[in-house]
Amino acid sequence: MRSLILLTASRYLAPLLLGASLWILLRGHNEPGGGFVGGLLAAAAFALKVVGAGVAAARRALRVNPHFLLGAGLLTALASGLPALLAGLPFFTGRWIRIPVAGEASWKVGTVLGFDVGVYLVVTGAVLLIVFTLAEE
Amino acid sequence: MSVSIALLLVFCVAAAAPALCRLTGRRAGWVLAGPVAGLAVWFAARGPEIWHNGASLSQILWAPSVGLSLSFRLDGLSWLFALLITGIGALVTLYAGAYLESHPRLGRFYATLLFFTASMLGLVLADNLLLLFVFWELTSISSYLLIGFDQERADARRAALQALFVTTGGGLALLAGFVLLRQIGGAFELAALFPQAAAVRSHPSYTPLLLLILLGAFTKSAQFPFHFWLPAAMEAPTPVSAYLHAATMVKAGVYLLARLSPLLADTGTWFWSLTATGAVTMLLGAVAALSKTDLKQILAYSTVSVLGILTLLTGIGTVTALEALAVYLLAHGLYKGALFLTAGTIDHETGTRDITQLGGLRRCMPLTAAAGLLAALSMAGLPPLLGFVSKEMLYQAGLNAPQYAAVLTKLLVVTAVVLFAVAGAVGVRPFFGPPSGLARQIHEAPAALWLPPVLLASGGLWLGLTPPRLEKAVEAAVTSMAPHQAVDVHLSLVHGLTPALILSALSVVAGLLLYRVHGRHLGSMRSRLALVRFGPSHAYDALLSGLNRLAKWQTRRLQSGYLRSYLLITMMAVLAFSAAPLALHRNLPAVSAALNPRWHELLLAAAILAGILTAVRTASRLTAVAALGLVGLGMALLFAWLGAPDLAMTQLAVETLTVILLVLVLHQLPDFSQLTPRRGRLRDAAVALAAGSFMTLLVLSVHTTNSDSSLARYFLEHAQPLAHGCNVVNVILTDFRALDTLGEITVLAVAAVGVYALVRLRMTGEQKR
Repeated sequence: MRSLILLTASRYLAPLLLGASLWILLRGHNEPGGGFVGGLLAAAAFALKVVGAGVAAARRALRVNPHFLLGAGLLTALASGLPALLAGLPFFTGRWIRIPVAGEASWKVGTVLGFDVGVYLVVTGAVLLIVFTLAEE
Repeated sequence: MSVSIALLLVFCVAAAAPALCRLTGRRAGWVLAGPVAGLAVWFAARGPEIWHNGASLSQILWAPSVGLSLSFRLDGLSWLFALLITGIGALVTLYAGAYLESHPRLGRFYATLLFFTASMLGLVLADNLLLLFVFWELTSISSYLLIGFDQERADARRAALQALFVTTGGGLALLAGFVLLRQIGGAFELAALFPQAAAVRSHPSYTPLLLLILLGAFTKSAQFPFHFWLPAAMEAPTPVSAYLHAATMVKAGVYLLARLSPLLADTGTWFWSLTATGAVTMLLGAVAALSKTDLKQILAYSTVSVLGILTLLTGIGTVTALEALAVYLLAHGLYKGALFLTAGTIDHETGTRDITQLGGLRRCMPLTAAAGLLAALSMAGLPPLLGFVSKEMLYQAGLNAPQYAAVLTKLLVVTAVVLFAVAGAVGVRPFFGPPSGLARQIHEAPAALWLPPVLLASGGLWLGLTPPRLEKAVEAAVTSMAPHQAVDVHLSLVHGLTPALILSALSVVAGLLLYRVHGRHLGSMRSRLALVRFGPSHAYDALLSGLNRLAKWQTRRLQSGYLRSYLLITMMAVLAFSAAPLALHRNLPAVSAALNPRWHELLLAAAILAGILTAVRTASRLTAVAALGLVGLGMALLFAWLGAPDLAMTQLAVETLTVILLVLVLHQLPDFSQLTPRRGRLRDAAVALAAGSFMTLLVLSVHTTNSDSSLARYFLEHAQPLAHGCNVVNVILTDFRALDTLGEITVLAVAAVGVYALVRLRMTGEQKR
């Protein structure tokens, strides 16, 4: 019982949602957003795929097992605390570097972003693990 | 090499044991005994330095904020124990290789055994009480694993669990005692506590403190009424019984008492509790030993008896008594270790441990017989063995006791007489008694099985012949137990015609008589003294089954498996535990007109209310889901309007995903077979309304409380300069409170895996069906 409308919509909406989730993840430090909402949105993109095109298609689109996202996310979050530890600071102290882009402009990149990416991956993985499992039942 | 490196070495050998076992195969015992023996030599070599310079302390900070540091003390007392642990440890390690040869789990056995060796060494070397406690518990855990080594047997598992419960239960009391001691003395380090002995003894908390520590020591050292776990622990492989449950671990309690005696001794409570417990335990153990026919059971009860003697000596606490304690400790370690190992060898070669079936084994196993005989003579206290020297000193200590010397001496003599007969029953009769009709062809055991007991037993002979060798060591040990007294030890085999010698001669005669009577009634011995069986062991069983019943009852009540009842219980608990205090202790907030809702807020509230009413009233699941979605969206909008965009976004995403999840499972559910009856619905409505009102009140009271939160201001002010972020919510989540968030996402991951496992398990279960 596949709905053609949902199938077609998911084909175009899912990439959009995914892009939006990444954007929300990256802007989170200064504007509303962050890893948690971003992760939920990314999960929603794949959940849409599940409803529209089926679990198998959604799994293919994700490429990796949701389990993998859980582990990778936790490890990423944990690893983002290590630079501070290596520098002799308390675990999870934020560390920042400036990447010069062009001329005067530069990007500030911190370990905090790594942590947020970890949160993003865990949330995506956790929701998708549940969605896939329930949908396959 | 320092003490901490020595300890680390043993832990490393333990970790490497399984791999080494696979590599070396049948020679594993010889290979693994090497490092332990090396350590024994190292400790022995450090002896003269210890005797001369006194305690040697070392410290590495571990967690100084809680008073925990890796501080070690090597003095006369710990040296004596360390030597016993490593010396007997090496021999037992060697023995076990042959005893458990080609056992599939030999590697794991060695890992646990060496882990125990390291923990026990740590226990006797620790100067920090918290560290001592850590090692104390580690020995309990390794003992648990070793008793239950034959994990397929229910008896072994039960005995292991019993030993664990009893000793760790006491360990808990011990920890409380240590904490009390720190509150009085201000430190966990013995070095800092010893100078404050007088203050500790006169402190009002002295008695509870002492009782807590005694509880720990008595459970570990199998004192009455906690003795029952030790005979049950004989389910362990025999090398384990010889090592943990005779020579070392069970003496940890006695060690602790001796270690703390400079701090706690010399009071009436100390004298009475220790001498009374010790006396009851030694008599009970000796009599029980005589009533058994299984070699290991007899040895176990005689160990209980000896532990009672050691406790009694600590309680008497005079220099004479402490000298006797040191020598008795050594003598017992040597002879009891040897006897256990010969018992194991007999079991290994003949297949039985029943003394009514054993006899005349000296012809087939002469070396084992020699070891058994020497050890038994030492246990019986006959010259020229170390057991004789220690028994003389024991009597001397009884005679010189500050109070009730006559009574104590009589009790000691009675115990010695019974132990004499027991020694004959386990070490003499199986080898030299009338040959029994064992059908099996019996051979002498391999070298790894006879060498360790022979070495241990000859140790007793060697030291018995030349007791002055021990003088310095005993002097140092007694000095650590009684630092303020003049100690001048003179040991010799013959003292001349002293009262102790006369008592000794008397007890030998009486012991010989008892031995003959015991031999005659051996056949009808079984269950003669059933008195020993009732009591503490049954109390333990009753306690355990009571606990199980309680757990079952409350699980049935609380864990029904229905989500709705969990929800109900959770809500009611929250209400009971938080609403009641709120109502009792605070003035309920007045709903002020200053809230001043605007029209779009009122509209949203109406929409939310409509959603709720629909969800509650509808009989269709899909309608309920849609209505709840309306509630969620209304909330999200409210958040957005009230200036919490992060919250609104999250709420929106969660709402969407919830609807998807519900749709995925909804079509799986059967139709409602029946709706909740009216009474149930009324109850649910009452609870829900109460919970809702409570939340409303809580929010209002938070709103009206003038919260001068410096934390909020801190976050607002420091988000930009410290964490380079403008979104304070996100900065808190990912930077200021990153560790909390890490915990939360870990919970999330675990929960997801849990859902996965539950659903998958149910699916495979259905397939099986």
